[in-house]
Order: sequence, then structure tokens, then C-alpha cells
Amino acid sequence: MKLSYYPGCSLEGTALDYDRSVRDVCRALDIDLLEIPDWNCCGASSAHMTDHEIGMRLPIRNLLLAAEIGCDILVPCAACYQRLKAADKALRTDPGFWDVARFSGDFQIVHISSFLARPEILAAIEARVIRNLADLPIACYYGCLSLRNPRVTDAPRWEMPTTLESIVAAIGARPVAWSHRTECCSGSLTMARPDISEKLVGDIVRAAKRAGATAMVTDCPMCQANVESRQPAVEGVGDMPVFFVTELIEAAMSGTYPSKQQRAHLVPPGVLTGIFSASTMKKEGPA
Amino acid sequence: MDNTCISPDERSEKFLRKLKDRNIDVQACYQCGRCSSGCPVGDFFDINVMEAVRLAAYGQEEKLLNSHTIWLCAACETCATRCPNEIEIAGLMDVLRELALRRGIAPAEPRIPLFHQAMLGSIRSWGRAWEIGMIGNYKIRSGDLMGDMRLGLSMFMKGKLKLLPHSIKAKSEVKEIFAGKGKEYDR
Repeated sequence: MKLSYYPGCSLEGTALDYDRSVRDVCRALDIDLLEIPDWNCCGASSAHMTDHEIGMRLPIRNLLLAAEIGCDILVPCAACYQRLKAADKALRTDPGFWDVARFSGDFQIVHISSFLARPEILAAIEARVIRNLADLPIACYYGCLSLRNPRVTDAPRWEMPTTLESIVAAIGARPVAWSHRTECCSGSLTMARPDISEKLVGDIVRAAKRAGATAMVTDCPMCQANVESRQPAVEGVGDMPVFFVTELIEAAMSGTYPSKQQRAHLVPPGVLTGIFSASTMKKEGPA
Repeated sequence: MDNTCISPDERSEKFLRKLKDRNIDVQACYQCGRCSSGCPVGDFFDINVMEAVRLAAYGQEEKLLNSHTIWLCAACETCATRCPNEIEIAGLMDVLRELALRRGIAPAEPRIPLFHQAMLGSIRSWGRAWEIGMIGNYKIRSGDLMGDMRLGLSMFMKGKLKLLPHSIKAKSEVKEIFAGKGKEYDR
């Protein structure tokens, strides 16, 4: 299978390890990723929040580059996904307004966990698990932008998504039922108003703990960075690692959790390290 | 929100036309309050979400542009997602922020637009967001030099912040995007 790949800026910086694990997981599943040549930033929240025209034209350029390749575009970042989808809708509605003569791309924009949760991909992952995650109680955290607004994202179940739960169950972790799966962590405000982010992150992590989770998993690089980095300032939290979904898949499929990856976390990922350092290698199918 | 009366004299027809052009149907609001009750940052707002929608329907541009609310909105889209009338409320906030900047209205939360501008400055220069450059720019412009120092250092030590930017090849295309085609705005 061939897919165009749009990593986005976070995956070249604060979420470099996310990029690495996406590429490794796809390689293991025989999925060829063709990085969109010379892609530019999608503008993220900052562009559309302050300048509509720039906020549309930045992702439009990427779509026109992707249209030349013609494959579906795999997008690991929730914010990039939402911006590309918004541009896609605008182009299909009225390409002329955006100075595009014709836009007939029949390719889809695909967010990573929707892709990995497809039955055939999930089966391929499951078949390759050599070490399952030992019933790790984990809170699946979606955040905002891969789901909302559904008129833009086309997310089928925006209030009750299940993709992350299906994926972590397939690798032997135990998704907990909890309240804050789609709550905002205020990533777009985290630098300018850390006090707001601390409140929201505190609420989210406490809710995950209340449900019995010892770790969180996400598919959004802003959520991952924000929820880990704001915990130390909040009383009663600070020990909840947030994993990328592909990081967990890679660990389960390779049977190892390398120290390089452990060090990428701001909150020590001891719960996962513990599973992988256990003396007995178990190969067990998920129940 | 303060209790001063609003007057039809303050109604901005231009603003209402702008909302119409962007398909933001604030007139459809019947004040059910789902937007306000789901808003994750509503605790910090001076004008709550449903009040903002109603003020917009009355064309009360000035009150909105001077509010903290428009800057504190995190663009999470919970309001627009849950609105029974599918009013694009997050889109309304986008329009308000852009109008405030274009009109040079002093923002009630000055650091927030400085952050967005630092981010856009980075994209304009390199075609991609370069985190260290963006953070440095924001710190200097906001005067918030010490905030998150330890966090930044620890991210740097973990190799999560790149020392040098990656510049895309087609910088001229990005420059053109930032120059704008002047289609959308008449002010």
C-alpha cells in the first residue's frame, strides 16, 4: 500500500519520536510512505485564528502538492489533519475563490488512528505483536482537532470515538472508560497562558487517574507535549506518562522499548518500561 | 458581562455582512446554552460564549473586539460541534480576532496574539514552524523571558527542539501566501 505522508512541523521538533514511530510502524506493515515534497506548515491554530486567508492558503499549497502524487494522505498530527480537511472542503466547494483552476483530487485525508483502526490494518498489527502490553490500564485521549468540528473532520463518532481503544486493545492494553477523552487541553494557549493549561491538564489527568489508568495514549502531538509538560506544576498529578499510539504499537510489535524512546518523555514512562523489562517474554494473543 | 445597555446605534452592519459572507449564522441562536456549558475555558471568559453569539447577532462589534473572550478561546470547536443550529461559533471567534488585529485594537490578552504572530513569523521566514526561533521571538516580544525556562531546557536536552530551522525550497510561494491576494478583506 502506498500513502502520501504529511508529517507536519511538530513531528520535526517536539514530536520527533512520533514521526520515527509512525515511519517504523508503517514499514513493519508494508505501507510505503511518500513524504509530500517540500511541504509547508499547515498554519496550525495560529494562522486560522488570526488570518483566514493565510490559514487557508497554507494548507491549500500542501493539497495541491499531494494532488500531483494522487495517493491518500496520512496525517499523524490532529491539528494538521483538521487544517488540511478545512482546506480540502473549501477547495471542493469553490476552487476559483482560492485561485485554483480545478481541484478534482479523489484522494482522502486520513488521520493516523482512523487508519490504524481499519479492520485489515488492525488484524495485521495484532498478528505481529510479539509482546502484549500486559493489561496496562490506559486512558485513550483524543483531544479536539481530529474530531471537531465534524462538519470539517468527517469524524464518524466525534463525541464517542473508539479508534484508539480498538488499537490499544489489539496490542493487549486495557482501555479504561473515562470522562475526558475528547476534552481540550488548551494546547494553543499553553505558552501565553500556562495557568489555563495547568487547570485543564490537571482536570484531564485526575479524571484518567479516577478511572484507574496509569498511562494515557494519544494521537495528537500538541496534547502529548502539553499534558506531559504541564503536570509538574499541578498538585496531585505529575506521574502520568502520555504515549503516542504508534509508540505503543512499535513496542508491542518489536518486543522492546528502547531507552532512546524512554528518554523522549518528560514524565518517566516507568509503567511501560516495567512491562518490557519483566524477565519472561510472553506471547499471548489478546483475550 | 457588564450591564450597560446596548443600542442599535452601535450596530455594525459591516460586521454582520462579514459573518454572512463566512456562513456564520449568529441569528439562528436561540440561547440554549450548550456552547457555554461545554466550553473548556469558559471559566476564564469575561463574556460567555452564548452572550458572545447574541452580541454578534446584535452587531455589537466593539464590545466583542475589546473582550478577553476572543483571545482566550482555544479554538477547540466544542461549541460549534454541539450547537443544535450548527452555528460556526469557533469561526465567529476567528473573525473577531482577525478584525481586532486588522483594526489595531489593543488586545485584552496581549500575550496571546504575540504568540500567534511569533508562530506566523516563523512560518513566513522558513515555510515551516521552527520552535526555538518562534519561542525566542515570543519571549522577546512578550517580555516573558523566564516563564517555562526549565521546561524549554529539558525539551532541548531531550533533542526535542531543533537548533537550526529547516527551510523549504519554495519560499517565494510562502511569501506570496503571506502577501495575501486581498480577496477577503476590505479593511
